[in-house]
Amino acid sequence: MYKIVRKEVLNAQVKFLEIEAPFVARKAEPGQFIILRAYDEGERIPLTIADYDREKGTVTIIFQEVGASTRLLGSLNVGDSLADFCGPLGVASHFEGVKKAAIIGGGLGTAIAYPQAKKLHSMGVDVDVITGFRNKDLIILEKEMAAVSNRLIVTTDDGSNGTKGFVSDILKKLIDEGNTYDVVVAIGPPIMMKVVSDVTRPYGIKTIVSLNPIMIDGTGMCGGCRVTVGGKIKFACVDGPDFDGHQVDFNELIRRLSIYKDHERAAQERHQCRLEGKINA
Amino acid sequence: MPNMSLKKVPIPEQDPQVRNKNFDEVALGYTEEMAIEEAKRCLNCKHKPCIAGCPVNVQIPEFISLIAEGKFAEAYETIIQTNSLPAVCGRVCPQETQCEQRCVRGIKGEPVAIGRLERFAADWAMKHLEKTYEKTPRNGKKVAVIGSGPSGLSCAGDLIKMGYDVTIFEAFHTAGGVLVYGIPEFRLPKALVQKEIDGLLAQGVEIRTNMVIGKTFTIDELFQEGYSAVFIGSGAGLPNFMNIPGENLNGVYSANEFLTRINLMKAYKNDADTPIKRGKTVAVVGGGNVAMDAARSAIRLGADKVYIVYRRSEKELPARLEEIHHAKEEGIIFKFLTNPIRILGDENGWVTGLECVEMELGEPDASGRRRPVVKEGSQHILEVDTVIISIGTSPNPLIRGTTPDLETNQWGCIVADEQTGQTSKEGVFAGGDAVTGAATVILAMGAGKAAAKAIDEYIKSKG
Repeated sequence: MYKIVRKEVLNAQVKFLEIEAPFVARKAEPGQFIILRAYDEGERIPLTIADYDREKGTVTIIFQEVGASTRLLGSLNVGDSLADFCGPLGVASHFEGVKKAAIIGGGLGTAIAYPQAKKLHSMGVDVDVITGFRNKDLIILEKEMAAVSNRLIVTTDDGSNGTKGFVSDILKKLIDEGNTYDVVVAIGPPIMMKVVSDVTRPYGIKTIVSLNPIMIDGTGMCGGCRVTVGGKIKFACVDGPDFDGHQVDFNELIRRLSIYKDHERAAQERHQCRLEGKINA
Repeated sequence: MPNMSLKKVPIPEQDPQVRNKNFDEVALGYTEEMAIEEAKRCLNCKHKPCIAGCPVNVQIPEFISLIAEGKFAEAYETIIQTNSLPAVCGRVCPQETQCEQRCVRGIKGEPVAIGRLERFAADWAMKHLEKTYEKTPRNGKKVAVIGSGPSGLSCAGDLIKMGYDVTIFEAFHTAGGVLVYGIPEFRLPKALVQKEIDGLLAQGVEIRTNMVIGKTFTIDELFQEGYSAVFIGSGAGLPNFMNIPGENLNGVYSANEFLTRINLMKAYKNDADTPIKRGKTVAVVGGGNVAMDAARSAIRLGADKVYIVYRRSEKELPARLEEIHHAKEEGIIFKFLTNPIRILGDENGWVTGLECVEMELGEPDASGRRRPVVKEGSQHILEVDTVIISIGTSPNPLIRGTTPDLETNQWGCIVADEQTGQTSKEGVFAGGDAVTGAATVILAMGAGKAAAKAIDEYIKSKG
């Protein structure tokens, strides 16, 4: 069950895994997520679905090795199986009536923005994609995004790919040049989603962000993923993960994402041995 | 000669000051001698009032007489005729408001320790009996059971014995529902729950984990998959919050999240992958069994001070007396007639305190309990670094949201016939907390059994 059928290393920290999960693939839609456990006793890791293939019965996840659990996940190879893979969870994105859209992907967020761009493009929507990375070595999904957009701008913080700047600045420039977007989809680090939402607010452009707070079950049971949207408590797992970026309390989200920083550091050290043991074996 | 002692034979327990630092089981259980001695307190009354107090009608005097005669295996067999999870029920049932409340010995002195004896028989059987299951011939009909908590397990257990092919759909990666994510190890060892589940598997029940009904499958899709009937035992897992300022500060947990991290994800173990914040001073808001579990878990995680903050008085505490007693022994501080109005935080957004007001009891409310009213000028701050909200749960909306013809009430509970569990949708039955809102393990089990019977009748009536 949940066998890895394809693995790619997208950059030094970002891995791509295509996983056999027919029941999830059957229902998955852009914007939804899954929860996996790499092995028994492992953490439940929520990851937004990067792609799915209903015929093959596979679901793709793209993740960054940020902590002990994701590093272990990244050490798995084709033929290995995950212990658990549950979903699709959350509410799918809705894009009725959209004619022109800007899809913004920040770093790893590009992987989650990809199915949205793909879906919109397949619906005949005019899609501009802007992706941003710290430097050119971290760029992912450039070809894939080019294939599902009318225009793709890839930018780097340091300009090492020839285009320097933040995604939010480029979006602003495009808007000011007269591009009228019915919707902006911004997916990436919370701070980037916050800045993009601030850019679009004065123009009144509907802005959808995809949130990935800490959660356990993904079905509304723990309440750990609660976020404040429009002054009300929402559970990202069942009410989201898509929300109106103009209504989200990003500062609270960023603060809540830091709850287990200390624990994570200790876990990293502990896992180092386990991981090395595994690689050497 | 019956044993005419007015008191129950005490059950050996871990010392409070030892057990409040570990997650091992608190009550150690009767020895054979203790069980026989306690069993002899039963008068074997002709009218058997205790049985009427049991939601699954365990033949109580009968199994107790067998224990008194030292026939432990037979006692166990008697219990499991009507109760498929005796090791669980012997530990977590509120016997004091059920069987034991009706015990004639309780009129003068303490009632017979029915719960302890049930637990003894179940534990004895687990240790000494090689369990074999007679496989009932299959009748070729499939039934889907949603949720592997108490109601789902008991429903599945009865249906498999009737010859149905039973598939349990569980959203989590492990079966057991509230028995594994909610009730802590020190009250209900998880190995025990697993043994009960293994028993169902051995009889042929299939359990499919990672299946979120409402997402992975809808109810209608289950019928398309060939199931003749569906039982919904999805529980009441959605945590309620108080809607007071500061509830999203770092260090505020729902009891569900706190307990799930500890119980299901084993965060109490030092090398667990899933983290938990080990608070030094903890306030648990609420007075039910879940609040007691959260408080007693917090002290075991190393807290110096753990408060239970409850807005009514001790008399109204909904938790079982035994849990309250154990909590007190372990050093939990009870703040009665105290109601939180705000959670305070530092500049980094971490909890620093719980602002409360004191309450006085006024006129009785709809529930018959006296309504608490705020005492003027009683505002004060409890200095804590962790707040755990344990004020109840509601049924999960995932099923009702994707099953438009399933009637639910204003609280989101599924509307189902009390006797049969029949819902507004043909072929769909429901029971347990998904119907009643948060209640007890044994009531859920009773509902699961009743539904199994009704499902059998329904399928037979369809031919």
